[in-house]
Amino acid sequence: MDVFLEEIVGKYNYWAYVILMMIGFYAMIGKRNLVKKLLGMNIFQTAIILLFVSTGVKKGGHIPIVDKYAALAGNLDISQINNPLPHVLMLTAIVVGVSVTGVALAVLLRIYREYGTLEEDEILEKLRR
Amino acid sequence: MTFVNLHIYVLLMPLLAALAVNVAGRFDRRWIAPLVLGALGFSLSGALLVLARVVQHGALRYTVGNWQPPYGIELVVDHFSALMLVLITLVALLASFAALKSVEQELPGREYLFFTLYLILITGLCGLVLTGDAFNLYVLLEITSITSYGLIAMGKGRAPLASFNYIIMGTIGACFYLLGVGYLYILTGTLNMADIARLLPALDAPFATATALAFMLVGLWVKMAFFPLHGWLPNAYCHAPTGAAVLAAPLMTKVTVYLMVRIILSMYGPAFVFDASAVQDGIVWVAAIAILCGSVMAFGQKDLRRMLTYIIVAEVGYMVGGIFLGTGTGMTGAILHIVNDALMTLCLFLAVAAIIYRQGSVSLVSLQGIYYRMPVTMAAFTLGAFAMIGIPPTCGFFSKWYLLLGGIEAGHWEYVIALLTSSLINAVLFFRIIELAYFGALADGAHHDHAPGERHEAPWWLVKPLVITAMLLIVVGLSTGPLVNNVIRLVLPAGF
Repeated sequence: MDVFLEEIVGKYNYWAYVILMMIGFYAMIGKRNLVKKLLGMNIFQTAIILLFVSTGVKKGGHIPIVDKYAALAGNLDISQINNPLPHVLMLTAIVVGVSVTGVALAVLLRIYREYGTLEEDEILEKLRR
Repeated sequence: MTFVNLHIYVLLMPLLAALAVNVAGRFDRRWIAPLVLGALGFSLSGALLVLARVVQHGALRYTVGNWQPPYGIELVVDHFSALMLVLITLVALLASFAALKSVEQELPGREYLFFTLYLILITGLCGLVLTGDAFNLYVLLEITSITSYGLIAMGKGRAPLASFNYIIMGTIGACFYLLGVGYLYILTGTLNMADIARLLPALDAPFATATALAFMLVGLWVKMAFFPLHGWLPNAYCHAPTGAAVLAAPLMTKVTVYLMVRIILSMYGPAFVFDASAVQDGIVWVAAIAILCGSVMAFGQKDLRRMLTYIIVAEVGYMVGGIFLGTGTGMTGAILHIVNDALMTLCLFLAVAAIIYRQGSVSLVSLQGIYYRMPVTMAAFTLGAFAMIGIPPTCGFFSKWYLLLGGIEAGHWEYVIALLTSSLINAVLFFRIIELAYFGALADGAHHDHAPGERHEAPWWLVKPLVITAMLLIVVGLSTGPLVNNVIRLVLPAGF
C-alpha cells in the first residue's frame, strides 16, 4: 500500500497529465457533438503542456531570473533555479494549439451553415438522404 | 547571398511569396501566377544547387541566428534532405501550374487566400526536411497540417466535415509526437537530433526510450495515414479543391514517411529500433495488411479520385513495411519509393485535375471513351498507371523491385505476397480504367457544347506539367542507378 501511495503522490504531476489526457481522448473519440470533440482536443493539448511545464520545476527552486554579478562571478546554484526551457517551448505549443482551435472553429462554422447542426449523427443522417 | 546558406533562401522564398501573394493578389489577381511560379522556380533551382553541393562536399549545417547547437535550432542538409528538398520544390512547381488554373475555375475571387495557404504549406514541408531539431519539427508539422486543414476546408459539400475529421486526427498525431519529444527531453535534456543521437546510447533506460519512440511513431503514422489509422485521408483528399489535392496527395504522406526514416536513422539509430524483432515483424505484418486493405478498398470505389486516395493508403504500407524490413535493400527501396511515389501520385492527380477541369467529374462512368476527347491527358495517365502497377522502364518498377528483394532477403514472405498481390490488383484497377477510356463507348451528356468525339484537351497550364511529370517517371526510372549509388546509399548508416 505504501509503495502504491508513494507511486501516486511522488509522481502526481504525471498522473494528473495522464488522467487529463484520457479525458480529452475520450471526448475526441467518444462524443458525437463536434464542439465537444474540439473541447476534448483542447484538454488533450493542455495535458501535454502540463507535462512539459511540470518537468521544469525543481523542489525549492526559484524563478530563472538571476543576479547578473552573481552569474558573472560564477557562483550560481543551478539546482536552485527552475528550468525555463520547457515553459518557453510550451509558449510555442500554446500558440499552435490556439491556431488549430481557430481553424477548427472556422471549419465548424462552415459545417453549421451547410447542415444547420453540429451533431455528428444528424449530419450523417442528412448526408445519407 | 552566399552559396553556403542557399537552402535558407529555398525555405524562405515561398514564405515571402505567400505574404506578397496575399497583399498583391488582393488588388489584382494577375500578380498571383508570376509570384507563385517565380518563387517556386527559384526554390527548385536553389534546391538543385544544394543537392549538387551536398553530393560533392557532403552535409551542410546552418545555425539559425548563430545560436550554437545544441541550444539553438540547427538546419541540416544531408543527402536525404537535399533529395527531399528537390522533390518537394519540383512537385510543388509542377502542381502549382495546375492549381493556378483549377483554382481560377473552382474558387473564383478567393485565389489569393488559396495561394497564401498553398505557399505556406510548401514552406512548412521544406522546413520539415531541413530542420535538425525535434521540437522545431513539431512546430513545422503543425504548420503544414494547419495550412492543409484550411486548404481542404475550401472545397465544396462535405469538405468542411472531412477537414474537421482531419483536424481531430491530425491533432492526436501531432500531440503524440510532442509527447514522445517530451519524454526524450526529460531523458536527455536536449532537443537537437544529433545531440539526442549522441546521448541516447549512454542512457540506461531502454523502456522509457522505447516508449518515446512508440509515441513518436504512432503520431507520425496517424499523420501519414498508415492503415488502420488512415480514416481521415480518403475523404479529405477527395473533397478538397482539386488544386489542393494535387499538392497535398503527392507530398504530405511522403514527407511524413521521411520524418519517420529520419527519427529511425538519425535519432535512434537502426540498432536500437530493429533490436526488438517481434515488434519489427509485427509492423511489417501490419504494413502487409495495409497494402492489401488499401488495394482492396481501392477496388470498391466508383470514382477515380477516391480510388487514388485508397491507393495512397496502400503505398504508405509499401514504404513503412520497406523501412521496417530492416535490411539495406528494403530501406533503399522504401526511400526510392518516396521519390517515385510522389511523382506517380502527382502524375495521376494532374490527370484527374485536367479531366475535372473539362468535365467536372471523374466517376468511372464519365471516363468512358475519354481518350477521344483528351488523348494527351490519357496517354500521360496511362504512363502514371503503368508506374503505379510497376511496369518497366517506369520508376515504379525499380523501387518495387528493391522492396521485393528486401522482403525476400529479410524472409518476410507475407510482405512479398502483399506487394505482388497489390501490384496485380493495381493492374486490374488501372486496366479497367484504360479499357473504359480507350475502348468504351463515348459517355453522352458529359458535354453539351461539344460533339462527343471532338478533341477537347484541358488548357496547357494543366496538360504541360502533366506531360513533363509523365516523362519524369521514365527519366527517374532510367536513372535509378546513379540515384541509388550517389544519394540513397549514403543516407543509410554504415553496415547496411
